[in-house]
Amino acid sequence: MNETMMIAGMAFVTFGIRYVMFAMAGRIRFALWFKQALGYVPPVVLSAIIAPLILMPQGYLDLSLANPYFWAALVAAGVGFWRQHLLTTIVVGLVCFVLLKWTMM
Amino acid sequence: MPSSKFTEFINGAKATIPMIIGAIPFGIIFGTLAEPSGLSIWGAMAMSLFVYAGSSQFIAVGLLATGVGPVIIIATTFVVNLRHLLYATALVGKVSHLSQGWRALLAFGLTDESFAVVNSRYLGRTDTVYAHWFFLGSIVAMYSNWQLCTWLGIGLGELFPNMTNWGLDFAMSVTFLGIIIPYLRNKPMWLAVISAAAFAMVLQDLPNQLGLVIAALSGICIGYASQQIEVRIRLHKATGDVIKATSGVIKATSANKGSHKP
Repeated sequence: MNETMMIAGMAFVTFGIRYVMFAMAGRIRFALWFKQALGYVPPVVLSAIIAPLILMPQGYLDLSLANPYFWAALVAAGVGFWRQHLLTTIVVGLVCFVLLKWTMM
Repeated sequence: MPSSKFTEFINGAKATIPMIIGAIPFGIIFGTLAEPSGLSIWGAMAMSLFVYAGSSQFIAVGLLATGVGPVIIIATTFVVNLRHLLYATALVGKVSHLSQGWRALLAFGLTDESFAVVNSRYLGRTDTVYAHWFFLGSIVAMYSNWQLCTWLGIGLGELFPNMTNWGLDFAMSVTFLGIIIPYLRNKPMWLAVISAAAFAMVLQDLPNQLGLVIAALSGICIGYASQQIEVRIRLHKATGDVIKATSGVIKATSANKGSHKP
């Protein structure tokens, strides 16, 4: 039951956030400072999620050759800035990761 | 001539393919993580069906594994998904003519991935009569893939209990990395992203993903503050330039007046 409640709650808040603006169809207006601050939310939240996963997969900062997450992400970022193409970035990153992981095994 | 509903729908699904490739391992790993974290098979499937938000599903599973209660998990979901408010704000003008049912449907599927795809469909285009079908095509493709992968992951997790060590979670990281890159166009954004990453790492050991929340809020504040400072500096410079230019013009005119005799 705890699980049902948790999932229902997660579904409710997620849908609420996504729907409130659409439901009001532009009748909600935000202050300029709020809109400007909101503009930082997506990249900031996403980077706060992935930074520890990539740079400290074992729980400590690891920039050594033994950390495939770091090197694969570095290559993917390089390709991302160079080509500006999402699919290429993802595929190159994944292939690089699998190769690194495989050579280390 | 505007393209037909069907063409729009198919194009939306097609444009989402890169996102789907990133989401396949991501969905599978979510499925495999469910059981070790203490979530039931039905719970994992229900999360993908009804919450349908990859990153917060991952975080929820991680929190569950450390024994955190539902209230904190729901609160974390709220903070992590708050970014979707921005996506909705950006797109609301494009959907406000649609029925409430359509709007609810499109809102339900407003993920990072579909937003990135749909937003670039709308950018600078005027042929948007049936563009909501493009939006729906993106959602249907992304959603069905997510369900399929969750289900596959649950099955694979049963077959290979040590699959969680394979490092497939990198798929989520690299997809998010790819989504972040286009945002990095100015100094305030760089500062915001780097400081959020640094705070997230330093505060990683705080309980209940508190570090993530603090890191995100700090990143937003730092980005916003540096944007304000940049604007001030530019304004200051611009005012200086205007004063210089005006005084230059005044000098020139007075000099002209002095030397020129009709």
